[in-house]
Amino acid sequence: MKLRLSFLWLVLVWLVFSVVALGTTTVTLAQTPNPNSITDDQVNAIAKYLYCPVCENVPLDVCGTQACEQWRQVIRQKLAEGWNEAQIRQYFVDQYGDRVLATPPPRGINWLAYIVPPVAILIGVWVLVQAFRSWKRPLPAPSSLPQPDHVSPEVLKRIEEELKNR
Amino acid sequence: MEPGSQEQAIATNSTARLGWGRVLAWLAIIALLVILGAGLLRSQQGSVNVGQRIPDFPLTTFDGQTIHTADLRGKILVINFWASWCKPCEQEAADLEAAWRFYQARGDVVFLGVDYVDTEPEARAYLEKFEITYPNGPDLGTRISQAFRIRGVPETYIVDQDGILQFVQIGPFRSLSQIKSVIDPLLQP
Repeated sequence: MKLRLSFLWLVLVWLVFSVVALGTTTVTLAQTPNPNSITDDQVNAIAKYLYCPVCENVPLDVCGTQACEQWRQVIRQKLAEGWNEAQIRQYFVDQYGDRVLATPPPRGINWLAYIVPPVAILIGVWVLVQAFRSWKRPLPAPSSLPQPDHVSPEVLKRIEEELKNR
Repeated sequence: MEPGSQEQAIATNSTARLGWGRVLAWLAIIALLVILGAGLLRSQQGSVNVGQRIPDFPLTTFDGQTIHTADLRGKILVINFWASWCKPCEQEAADLEAAWRFYQARGDVVFLGVDYVDTEPEARAYLEKFEITYPNGPDLGTRISQAFRIRGVPETYIVDQDGILQFVQIGPFRSLSQIKSVIDPLLQP
């Protein structure tokens, strides 16, 4: 009887340890980032706003070079680690500079990229409006035209008569 | 004030406003052209030329050590731009390491590896694969490569004791003897 109780105790202790160990393993697994759980779409959603300096003018999501593939892998890894889009973009800016961004950050001389186009459009609209107004303005009255002063009344009378006779 | 002179004053004011507007518009256009011109000039400039002083820079290595090139005056400096994704870089990696080991004991030749637009795990794997032992670090923000205006990788800049660029290798070195043939004449007896 005593032996059976000891055996039961051993089984109980073993069970408790097993449950605790399993629980710990589960927690450990949950904390380990798994890049395979991140889809290509999730990676490309961020990659399409990044440009690798090696492949100029080709967005990262469609770039086929090894360098770009490595960058996409970094995005996948960071997403698996729980980073958000802004953090990942900032990471790339810190590593490779502002030139990796699809749109320049609004600071310093970069402001020109944001200010010049709308100002140029506004100036263009203003020029067009001025042009349309000048086209709609009525022509000056004929009376304001300069009259020839060297034509004598006799000559004018003769011209009018000849015009009537035609 | 008489009505006539009032109209004249208004006309004069509007003419003055128009004049200032024109001046401002011209100034804005000129400023924009100057900025565009400066940008174009900068982009048209070639890389640092032989005979010119190199732009000094700090390099934080993968081990966390920071090296300032300005502190290396009096030594010959070999600056190699590379990347783990660059296949031609692999052709010269072993020769560069061999050259470094050849000159290391002298203490007057320093090799620096600048890792261009790379990812750290792959860069570390590359260094391990080719057993590279001289200091290497990432080109953070691509500041160093922009200062040198490199055209690609690999590129190697060999600088004399006064910080003057003496040789540029575009593309990989072909052999250890080629590297030595550039460094040896710069060594002081």
